[in-house]
Amino acid sequence: MRRFRLSPWNYLWIIVGAAYFLVPLWGTAEFSLETGIGKYGFSNYATILQDPTFKTDFLLSLKIAVETVIISLILMVPTMFWIELKLPRLKPVMDFIAVLPFVVPPITLAVGILHVFNRPILSLLLADEKILALTYVVLALPFTYRSLDAGMRAIDLRTLTEAAQSVGAGWVTILIRVVIPNIRFALLSAIFLTMTLVMGEYTIASLMLFNTFPVYIQYVGATQAQPAAALSMISFGLTWLGMLGILVLGRGVGQRQTVVGGAH
Amino acid sequence: MVSVTQEARAEPLPRPTGRLLSGGLPLAWLGVVPFFLYVTLFLLLPALSLIVGAFQTESGSLTLANVNSILQPQFTDAYKTSLELSAVTALSGGILGLLVAYSVVREGAPSWLRAVFTTFSGVAANFAGIPLAFAFIATLGVTGIVTVFLRDRGIDIYSDGFTLYHFTGLAITYTYFQFPLMILIITPSLDGLRREWREAATNLGASTWQFWRMVGLPILLPALLGAMVLLFGNAFAAYATAYALVGGTLNLVPLLIGISMSSDLFANPNLGDALAAGMIVIIAVAMLFYALLMRRAARWRR
Repeated sequence: MRRFRLSPWNYLWIIVGAAYFLVPLWGTAEFSLETGIGKYGFSNYATILQDPTFKTDFLLSLKIAVETVIISLILMVPTMFWIELKLPRLKPVMDFIAVLPFVVPPITLAVGILHVFNRPILSLLLADEKILALTYVVLALPFTYRSLDAGMRAIDLRTLTEAAQSVGAGWVTILIRVVIPNIRFALLSAIFLTMTLVMGEYTIASLMLFNTFPVYIQYVGATQAQPAAALSMISFGLTWLGMLGILVLGRGVGQRQTVVGGAH
Repeated sequence: MVSVTQEARAEPLPRPTGRLLSGGLPLAWLGVVPFFLYVTLFLLLPALSLIVGAFQTESGSLTLANVNSILQPQFTDAYKTSLELSAVTALSGGILGLLVAYSVVREGAPSWLRAVFTTFSGVAANFAGIPLAFAFIATLGVTGIVTVFLRDRGIDIYSDGFTLYHFTGLAITYTYFQFPLMILIITPSLDGLRREWREAATNLGASTWQFWRMVGLPILLPALLGAMVLLFGNAFAAYATAYALVGGTLNLVPLLIGISMSSDLFANPNLGDALAAGMIVIIAVAMLFYALLMRRAARWRR
């Protein structure tokens, strides 16, 4: 067997790192399973799952997540394809725009969007949960952009497009039957990341007064600590699922994908 | 929020020199109009409206009153606390993340360890907001497992002055998503430290300490500082975790902005704009630093 050459210090830091990861999870798991002093069971999870508000709020978040993904992809895929092909000099501009959402923190973005839309006619949008999806597209922009950019650069878009054109394909056909199948892993990883982001986003949803899943977690936590721990475990599971999806897909294309979204 | 991507291995496409596919330059620009309109409406205009709002009265005339107001102690204290919290967690997360990352990726570490830590880091860096606050209440709260574990052994951290619901507790909680982010950001740079450099230094008689002091750290420094700037911005922008954990007991800028939106506590709603504009300016400066540091770091990546 091969011997691993690590110093005691390396072991120490690995253990500290692992403990930092795991202890809070262990604490939450134990707390969520506690049903009385020294007694354990799944009744906190049952309480949550039987709460009709859980179902409505979770489904609302899921709906917003799907809407965000659809708007993101419809907006980004054709634009990036077009820029790659026809307007490559816009690439630096795109790189810059893709960083901008980091400069405007979610809390300030929420305030700004409320400003812009808080006027006649436009304010109708604020009453519908689609405004959240429209805003989350901006939050997800850096990750969607990087993921799709990596996917498009990994294939020879120009040759593929020329080949498709030479057999008579139009732009829509090229996009749907040539580009999308070839960047499917990048596409899926952008989808997973966006979903993870939306399912955990609290700041904007709460300021815009929508009862999404994270808002529900906060609401439960204000009164019932143990069911809130159960919800935290469920939320952790969702994040885990999203990341695992990205990593499995990343292996499929031999490239590492964007793995950090974040909705702090 | 911060993004981490390693470039795909394939080379970028050669840049076209002429119009390869079809002509009609003005028409080609039409294709990007929807995207730019969207970004303008949902990102640029909102950000701009905050900056304009910061210099306006409620009725819309120009004023410096809001800016003067946020220079009052109540608000400068909030900025100070926010900056301190971000700096402290950028350091704690940055240093812990670096040490863990180095231990995991260095030669001699098994490759599965790296895979496990990368996966966990991806999850932990994304696991934040409200659930993270609850996870730490279950861990370091008054009846949290670590608190109880220590109490059973005669150490009562709460009677010794610790509380999860203030600066230190929040810093410990933020570190939960900060140090995994550091692992993700710094790993590619650690991979870029070439083995030959280490061997050359050793052949010339350098000790481990000398290698790090004279070769390793100077090469890594821009990347390290850059990564910490990102961590700084990440913590500075965070709202949900702080809201759930410390609520009104700690004076942080994002929390004040939240209050200005959800209640009539501030007589002047444009104060919220001024606070938000201040945040944007601070993060913009941080990102500028980041860009400069990255340019510097790129010198060694060939």
